[in-house]
Amino acid sequence: MLAHLPILQVIVPLMAAPACLILRRPQLVWLFTLLASALAFIISILLLQQVMQTGTISYELGGWSPPWGIEYRIDKLNAFIALIISGVSTVVLLAAQTSIEKEIPQDKHTLFYILYLLSLTGMLGIVTTGDAFNVFVFLEISSLSAYSLIALGRDRRALWASFQYLIMGTIGATFILIGIGLMYQMTGTLNMADLATRLPEVAETRTVTTAYVFFIVGVCLKLALFPLHLWLPNAYAHAPSIVTAFFAATSTKVAAYLLIRFTFSIFGVSFSFTTLPMETLFLGLGLLGIFVASTVAIYQDNIKHVFAYSSVAQIGYMIVGFSMSTNAGLSAMLLHVFNHALMKGALFLALGAVLYRVGSTQLRDFQGLGRQMPLTMAAIVVAGLSLIGVPLTVGFVSKWYLVVAAIEKGWWPVAGLVLLASLLAVVYVWRIVETAYFKAPVVGKELVQEAPMTFLIPVWILVSANVYFGIDTRISVDIATAAAQSLFGVVP
Amino acid sequence: MSMILGLYNYWIVIVLMMIGFYIIIAHGHLIKKIVGLNIFQTSVFIFYISLGKVEGGTAPIWQESITLYSNPLPHVLILTAIVVGIATTALGLALTIRLKEAYGTIDEDEIQAMDNQAMDNQDKESKPC
Repeated sequence: MLAHLPILQVIVPLMAAPACLILRRPQLVWLFTLLASALAFIISILLLQQVMQTGTISYELGGWSPPWGIEYRIDKLNAFIALIISGVSTVVLLAAQTSIEKEIPQDKHTLFYILYLLSLTGMLGIVTTGDAFNVFVFLEISSLSAYSLIALGRDRRALWASFQYLIMGTIGATFILIGIGLMYQMTGTLNMADLATRLPEVAETRTVTTAYVFFIVGVCLKLALFPLHLWLPNAYAHAPSIVTAFFAATSTKVAAYLLIRFTFSIFGVSFSFTTLPMETLFLGLGLLGIFVASTVAIYQDNIKHVFAYSSVAQIGYMIVGFSMSTNAGLSAMLLHVFNHALMKGALFLALGAVLYRVGSTQLRDFQGLGRQMPLTMAAIVVAGLSLIGVPLTVGFVSKWYLVVAAIEKGWWPVAGLVLLASLLAVVYVWRIVETAYFKAPVVGKELVQEAPMTFLIPVWILVSANVYFGIDTRISVDIATAAAQSLFGVVP
Repeated sequence: MSMILGLYNYWIVIVLMMIGFYIIIAHGHLIKKIVGLNIFQTSVFIFYISLGKVEGGTAPIWQESITLYSNPLPHVLILTAIVVGIATTALGLALTIRLKEAYGTIDEDEIQAMDNQAMDNQDKESKPC
C-alpha cells in the first residue's frame, strides 16, 4: 500500500469524482468529497514524510520502467506543493455545503462536487507526474473543470469570465503543448528526468530556445503573471466563493511549480538564466506586476476584485524571488507559495461568509460588519495583516526571506521596492477595515448575523495557520529550503 | 529553396497557427473565436503528427519484411490532445449557449458593454453612501 502512494494521490480524487453520481444526496456527496480530499491530504503528508527521510520516490505506472513508461516522481518540491493543494482543498471543503446552498441551485450540487474533485485531481496530477505530456493532460483536466466551476457562479458575468478564461487558458495550454512537442522533437523523450539529461546536449539550438519560450509563456498565462493576468480578476470575482477560495490558494501555485520544475530541474539554470535574459525579464515583470496590480486593487469596489488583483501582485513577489535564481531566492518563492495559499484561502473563504450573510461583497456593504460579524471580520483583518507582511504572521516570514535574498544578491533597490509595495497592501486592507469598523450599517442591513460555524471553523483554521507558521517557522522554512536546495543540487 | 520545400510541413503549421490566432484576437463573434481556437489547436496536432514521420518508413504495424517504421508515439499523444480539444470546444459552445440566454447576444463587444454598464450602475448606487 505504502509503495503505491504516488499514484493513490491522484487516483483517489479521480475515482471519487464519478462515484459521487451514485450517492445522489447532496449531503452525502459533500461528506464523500470531503473524505476523498482528506484522504488525499493524508497521502500527501505521508509522501512528504517519506521524501524528507529517504529522498526521491520513483513510481513506475503499470510496471513500465521509465523512460518508456510514465513515471511518477516525488521529490521534496512536489511533495510540498501537493501538501498545500490537498490541505487547502480539504479545509475549504468544510465550508462548501453551507456556502453553495445560497450560491448554486440545489440540482447542481452533485455536479459541483464532481467538478471540484476533478479539478483537484488535475492539480495533484500535474504536481506528481514525472512525464511532460502527462502534465499537459492533467493541466487540461484541471482547467476544463475550472472553467465549468467558474461558470457555476450565480451572476451572468460568471459565464463571460469563464468564457474568457477558456480562451486564454486554452491558448496557454496549447503553447505548453507546442513547447513539449519541440522538446520531444529534439530529445525523443518525454520523461522529465530523461529530458534533463538530454537537453543540455542540444541546448545551443534554436529549437530548444523556442521550446522553452513557448512553454514558459504558456505557463505564465496559467500563472497569471502580469501582463498575462487579464482572465484572473473576473474569474475570481464571479466564481462561487468556495471555488475562488480553492483556486486562489492552489491553481496559480501549480503553474508556479511548473515554472520552477521546467526552469530549474529540466532546462537548468545555466540555460534559462545565462543563455536567455530571464533574470531581467522576470524581475521586471514581477516588480511591474506588484506595483500595477496593487495600485489597481486600491481602486476596486468589489472586495473580491481587490483580493483578486492582490493575488496578481503576490504572484509578482513569487516571480521576483524566482528571478534571483539563487538558493535563497527560490526558498523565498516557495515559502511565499505556501504562505500565500494560507492567506488567500482564509481571505476568500471569509468573503464567502460575508456573501452568505450579506449577499454581496461590495465595499459599501461591509459597513458595520465589524460589530455584526466580529469573528469573520477579525479573520479578514488577521489575514489582511498577513498579506501586508506584519510580524508574527506568515506574510512577514516570506517577505523577510525575500528581502534577505535580494540583499544577499546585492539587489538593494529591489529589496526597497518590495518593502515599499507592502504599503500599497496597507491601503487596500485599510479601506476594508475602515468601512467595516468605523461606519454604521447600511439601512436595511442592521440585522446581519455572524456567519455559521461551518464557515467560522475552516476560516479560523486557515487564520491560525497564518499565525502559527508566522511564529513557528521551522516546518515551512525547512521544507522550502530543502526543496530549493534539492533543485540546485541536481543542476549545479 | 530547401528552407521552404524541405520544411513544408512546418510552414503549413505556422500559417494555420497564425490564422487561428488571428481569428481568436480579431473576431468578436464567440462562435468564430471557438473556430479560431480549433484551427489554432489543429495546427499543433499537425505539427505533432508530422514529427512522427520517418522518411521511407511505413505505418507502424509489425511485418516480417519491413524494417523502417514511422514513430507512432506522437500520433498516440495527439489522439489524447484531440480528445482534449473536443472537450474544450464542447465546453466553449455550451458556454456560448448560456451566454446567449443570459445576455441575448454572442458578440464580445456587446457583452462587454453590458457588463461595463452594470458596473457603472453599481457605482452610481454606491455614490450616496
